[in-house]
Amino acid sequence: MSSNTVASPTSTYLNNGLTLKSWLLTKDHKRIALLYLAAVSFFFLIGALFAVLIRLELVTPAGDLLTDETYNKVFTMHGVMMVFFFLIPVVPAVLGNFLIPLMIGAKDLAFPKLNLLSFYVYMVGSLFTMWSIVSGGLDTGWTFYTPFSTVASTSAVVPAALGIFINGFSGILTGLNFMVTIHTMRAPGMTWFRLPLFVWAHYATSLIQILGTPVVAITIVLVAAERVFGFGLFNPAVGGDPVLFQHLFWFYSHPAVYIMILPAMGIISEIIASSSRKQVFGYSFVAFASIGIAVIGFLVWGHHMFVSGESVYAALVFSVLTFIVAVPSAVKVFNWTATMYRGSVSWESPMFFAAGFMGLFAVGGLTGLFLASMGLDVHLTDTYFVVAHFHYVMVGGTIMGYLGGIHFWWPKITGRKYNDIMARVSAVIVFIGFNLTFLPQFVVGYLGMPRRYHAYPDEFQVLNVLSSAGAAVLAVGYMMPIFYLIASLKTGELAGDNAWGAVGLEWNTTSPPPTENFKTTPVVTWEAYEYPTPVEGHVV
Amino acid sequence: MEQQTEASLLGMWTFLVTEILFFGGALTAYLVYRNWYPDAFALASYEIPIMPGAINTAVLIFSSLTMALAVHFAQTGDRGKTMLFIVLTSILGAAFLGIKAYEYHEKYVEHFIPGFGLPFEFPANPEYTNAARIFYSLYFVLTGLHALHMIIGLGIMTWMFIWVKNGTITQEYYAPVEIAGLYWHFVDIVWIFLFPLLYLIGRHVHHVG
Repeated sequence: MSSNTVASPTSTYLNNGLTLKSWLLTKDHKRIALLYLAAVSFFFLIGALFAVLIRLELVTPAGDLLTDETYNKVFTMHGVMMVFFFLIPVVPAVLGNFLIPLMIGAKDLAFPKLNLLSFYVYMVGSLFTMWSIVSGGLDTGWTFYTPFSTVASTSAVVPAALGIFINGFSGILTGLNFMVTIHTMRAPGMTWFRLPLFVWAHYATSLIQILGTPVVAITIVLVAAERVFGFGLFNPAVGGDPVLFQHLFWFYSHPAVYIMILPAMGIISEIIASSSRKQVFGYSFVAFASIGIAVIGFLVWGHHMFVSGESVYAALVFSVLTFIVAVPSAVKVFNWTATMYRGSVSWESPMFFAAGFMGLFAVGGLTGLFLASMGLDVHLTDTYFVVAHFHYVMVGGTIMGYLGGIHFWWPKITGRKYNDIMARVSAVIVFIGFNLTFLPQFVVGYLGMPRRYHAYPDEFQVLNVLSSAGAAVLAVGYMMPIFYLIASLKTGELAGDNAWGAVGLEWNTTSPPPTENFKTTPVVTWEAYEYPTPVEGHVV
Repeated sequence: MEQQTEASLLGMWTFLVTEILFFGGALTAYLVYRNWYPDAFALASYEIPIMPGAINTAVLIFSSLTMALAVHFAQTGDRGKTMLFIVLTSILGAAFLGIKAYEYHEKYVEHFIPGFGLPFEFPANPEYTNAARIFYSLYFVLTGLHALHMIIGLGIMTWMFIWVKNGTITQEYYAPVEIAGLYWHFVDIVWIFLFPLLYLIGRHVHHVG
């Protein structure tokens, strides 16, 4: 812990204007980040409510709580809310928005007005999707597969599609803003290879958002147009090709998984370096691993169509590329481990979350290799094995990383310390609850339980009850931070400028930072993560 | 100011990259179906009169020239000529949309509209009706999105006209006109791709035969 004298800064971004208008029309990236924090938290709760319904239904083998049609809508809305309105924006829009200008020594993002616009575009998109929920729901699955979504489904497909289309522009604008900011707004001396790995990760994420999101946008336009006008582009009955839809959809939606995980990986790099008080092992490897994931991630989408009538040669290539994309992810995990090796690792709550991330992400990543194997995938595809796999990556990875980041930078964002014991307990409960929820799903999936059904054979009940019980534990773990973090605003002790004794420009300004971020433009003369060489046996 | 201009230009170029991917998705669909139904697509292309499309191509290429001149005069600080060429560019853009509207109306008359519950017929070869429907679906998606971009372009031209008139644009700060120009040229280039893809390829097969 730092021992600098603690005094509350007089002028901060939080007290610069106290009216509602000063918040809703703010161009300050830090305030926009907090607007996003409120919004994504709200959508997380909605998505979580649908998850509760799913797990309640699956406690018993019979489909007794929800009808099959309602169940279709529940898992669809769970996926839509969580993927498009929580997981994709969560880390970039909240922590990326708050931290990127601070980390590179800039006053704000390159386009502050565009940043605010991006927030409202996101909100308008969410309103359309909420309209779909209240007007009867959506039952296509979050994947909108044709021709069901275009011809057969009687649910509110068009409002949901419009919502996702509009929301996509929010992601494009944020990505564009980050990319231009990182190119043009770095402080003097902040060279590319002095950038924190968090910034590299967001650069790679922006690349995917810019190149991928427009493709899903046009795909969704085609789905909506097909449904409204009756074009028949994806309808095999009139000469269309449903597999073409799948190609277009996954061209974005597979890289979207990397939009979710890359920024979380950036967080982990920061936490591990700070907690180990060491330079990240192989900095440039970790930086280029982010770019590598972004580039190769664009070439693996076909592994979603192994059983959809894709040619076996195409499948072979996609399978090989899918194995290859695991390499840069593995590089990151190994380099984090090597960073911790012989570091004086301190176990404050962010490190608990980071360690949890590494464990869960490793399982999620390695089970991805099972699914990349064409033969094994035929057995596992569309079973709970797949569900468990992507929850390990998206929930075990992204949310764990996000929580770690929130805990790591909370003292910077609010200027207050939270109850670290409670935070560590919460991290442990999340870890246990998560594994209890999703480990049984690997097993039940392998045994043959398909996804997206509200009823199942009796022999799967034990594993499903375990999973539902785990979800209850997980819910406790997720709710705890809401209470102790909010409590810290009132009762937390002042955090000081540098709560963890970390290096990085964001710790060189006051907590909370002033509106203009730095009193004078910082000049960077040191390398990234330049921690003093540890002394043997000395605990910092 | 220089950093701001650099950022704005980079932002616009990045945005244009997203636009390429946006149209790219629809063009991929075109590519796949052109491969599936080469004869039907060639015949459907042949059914589109070439003259309005050719005139529109010329109109847009000419508008690129007037746009480039508008940027040039913004750079040299000649407000009068900048406004003149912005107006000329807008007139050409509006002319394009007028001709496009005429073409759409012709499609309606000839029963080539694949939606709204309207009758769709392909008398040139009734066996190709389904494939022709796909062709015309793509025709309307691609030209419709292009026309939407033209309409947005006209809005940007109006905005730039106001900014030049009220003195926001100066010789030192003309980046907005330059960025508007980038957008306008991009939309023109999209048409340069759409014209051969929708009107020209395979046309001669039926023209001669």
